[in-house]
Amino acid sequence: MTDVIDVRDLRKNFGRVDALNGLDLQVNQGEVHGFLGPNGAGKSTTIRILLGLLRATAGTVRLLGRDPWRDAVSLHREIAYVPGDVTLWPSLSGGETIDLLARMRGGIDLRRRAELVERFALDPSKKARTYSKGNRQKVSLISALSSNCRLLLLDEPSSGLDPLMENVFQECVLEARDRGVTVLLSSHILAETEALCERVTIIRAGRTVESGTLESMRHLSRTSVRAELSGEPGDLGHLVSRIAGVDDVSIDGNVFRAQVDSAGLGDLIRTLGDAGVRGLVSQPPTLEELFLRHYDVAPGGPRC
Amino acid sequence: MLTGWLGLLRLYARRDRIVLPLWVLLLSVPLGGVYVTSIEKVYPTAAERASFVASVAASPAQRAMYGNIYNDSVGATALWKAGVFHALIGVAMILTIIRHTRADEEAGRTELLGSTAVGRFAGLTAALSLAFGGSIATGVIATASLLTTNVPASGSVAFGLALTCSGLVFAAVAAVAAQLTVNARTARGIAFSVLGAAFALRAVGDAGSGVLSWLSPLGWSLQVRPYAGERWWVLLLHLTMAVALTAFAYALLGRRDIGAGLIPERPGLPGAAAVLAGPAGLAWRLQRGSVLAWTAGLGMYALLAGSVVHGVGSQIGDSQTIREILNRLGGTSAVESAFVAISFSFLGIAASAQAISSILRLHSEEAAGRAETTLAGAVSRIRWAASHLAFAVGGPTLSLLTAGLVAGLTYGLAADDVGGKLPGVLSAAAVQLPFVWLSAGIALCFFGIIPRFTPMVWGVFSAFVALYFLGSVSGMPQWVLDLTPFSHVPHVPGENPCSAALLWAVAADVALIAVGMMTFRRRDLR
Repeated sequence: MTDVIDVRDLRKNFGRVDALNGLDLQVNQGEVHGFLGPNGAGKSTTIRILLGLLRATAGTVRLLGRDPWRDAVSLHREIAYVPGDVTLWPSLSGGETIDLLARMRGGIDLRRRAELVERFALDPSKKARTYSKGNRQKVSLISALSSNCRLLLLDEPSSGLDPLMENVFQECVLEARDRGVTVLLSSHILAETEALCERVTIIRAGRTVESGTLESMRHLSRTSVRAELSGEPGDLGHLVSRIAGVDDVSIDGNVFRAQVDSAGLGDLIRTLGDAGVRGLVSQPPTLEELFLRHYDVAPGGPRC
Repeated sequence: MLTGWLGLLRLYARRDRIVLPLWVLLLSVPLGGVYVTSIEKVYPTAAERASFVASVAASPAQRAMYGNIYNDSVGATALWKAGVFHALIGVAMILTIIRHTRADEEAGRTELLGSTAVGRFAGLTAALSLAFGGSIATGVIATASLLTTNVPASGSVAFGLALTCSGLVFAAVAAVAAQLTVNARTARGIAFSVLGAAFALRAVGDAGSGVLSWLSPLGWSLQVRPYAGERWWVLLLHLTMAVALTAFAYALLGRRDIGAGLIPERPGLPGAAAVLAGPAGLAWRLQRGSVLAWTAGLGMYALLAGSVVHGVGSQIGDSQTIREILNRLGGTSAVESAFVAISFSFLGIAASAQAISSILRLHSEEAAGRAETTLAGAVSRIRWAASHLAFAVGGPTLSLLTAGLVAGLTYGLAADDVGGKLPGVLSAAAVQLPFVWLSAGIALCFFGIIPRFTPMVWGVFSAFVALYFLGSVSGMPQWVLDLTPFSHVPHVPGENPCSAALLWAVAADVALIAVGMMTFRRRDLR
């Protein structure tokens, strides 16, 4: 098992502000690695250090065994990067941009380029100035995915894509993995990484708080459930509290709310069904909620 | 249609609360205190002023720079160099209008405002109100400043009005330019080209027969002739042009979509041509339009200047004093040489602006996040910076040498001596280059050392230009005046071009570029 990315105790400060404060990140050859953290946790700063655009204040950073600041140019021949907020040259067409970016990396696979333009339904002859945010994102993605590279750095790449294109994007990432490309996928949405990643690293306030396989982090996958009851709640609260893994139960009039982990979800739904529901909404918790629960840290740092 | 313009005016005035008042005060307060007071010290008697006026009349180069002096009164002589203020207020108004119209629209702020209860014409009306208000304030304070001195009141009012009217005209020019293209950079370029053309026509006209000056709003401003039998009716030309252009801007705005220009977006190529394969190809793609525009602009000015050089000496007049001064200066050919030298020092200033704007591409690429995209490819910092630096060094070289060739050929053909005139004119163009590259070097250092504030290099450039134009009369110590590179350019043809100043300038170019490159290589990308 070789590490494509190996970051240990990385620190970066901008003036007096500590952006990264002891970050560790190991990504293995050929895996899709999720890089999770709430907004402002330091994901983009880390990626920009990996690209040699920023210089690390302290710590060791190795990319494909090399130093990203010193060996930036030779490394970039093997890396394709998709920023979260894509800005393109307004006067260049989408197709020109795709080719230009790929040529400035290690070259382009023309067959794959044509296929991706088709699958993402992009009109490559339009000027970038006239593209919407989602279309600019597609240009950047097509260029990266059709480049000949060993490592894909994707910084919140699906923002602005509609659900259909989000699916295409996920297929393409898995195909890249099957070609042997290593992928680092940064995101602030847990569900997105669940679909693609075997392992994830979770950071918060510039520090790694947890790293491992998604399986080992099942305890994170809690669902918050909100049900509108058709009748009186009765002793529903009592019944529900006996199910393992249910937490934070509240009943307000005929609105029921609770948090449940995946093991207890089936039992909860059955119990609610027996009580009679008129509406049911379930959604994964936000990262912020997870952090409050599991690491006992408030937004802005550890709680004393 | 105008709903909400007052609210927008308040917003624009707040965003402009430092820059616009600074322009207004700088273009008005010094007039009385600095100009009138200093001329009274330098030329206290009428006889001294008369000989000063005669020396200007004998020098087409001086007249090209500042225009004619129409009599030897204290007011007319004192405010002769302040004729440049008409062009400067034009710069201020163009920047003000574009900042609040097309720049806002390009950034998408207009769209946000357009979704609120704000009329279609409210934005342009508010921007014009701010600019017109600034022009009027400048004129009023200028008059007030002049009234504190001993010069006649009517001339002071005439100068203030002419200054205001210059501002109105160029605000209206910018309002039209803002409707034409989708990006603010091009809109600003169009408005500044009009200002540059107005300056060129005025300069060449005043150096020669004076006819061309009447084609230029800047020429009209001088033709008001404050303190020399004021010609109030000339102000009607300004007002007519300002009203017509403003109406045109509204008509254009009424016909187009928000965010769009007049020229519709054409589709591009579905794939990149072979040349677009790296930072050099990209820089060429981004800069080729402006290289072409600058070269054409400078070439046109050279055509104009070159066609009048031969003969500037003979149009000076027949008065005895002027003939004597002319002979002391070295006769007609020396006068022609001086005119060529001064024409190319204007071109040198324009080419410096070209150099700075080419370097600022680096800044705008970085600020927009596109530098990150480029540098995430297999492109070193040095290679990327060099791709644009090449245009900051090579672009002005191309435009200046083209201008030298054009002016040399037209001058040579008019004098029937191409072989004799062309080399001199070409060398007048070439000696500018090391001093033009200084501006590129300084801009690159700003970019390397204080990236966030790179555009402040325009402030340095403005100071250079101001020191060069306002120089001798302003009463500033010599070492301050020496800070501007433009005053060190050898006067070619005439002087020996291989001066020490030239070598020092080349050494400084190399050092500044090296410092800029090294500091950029070592810093974080923003």
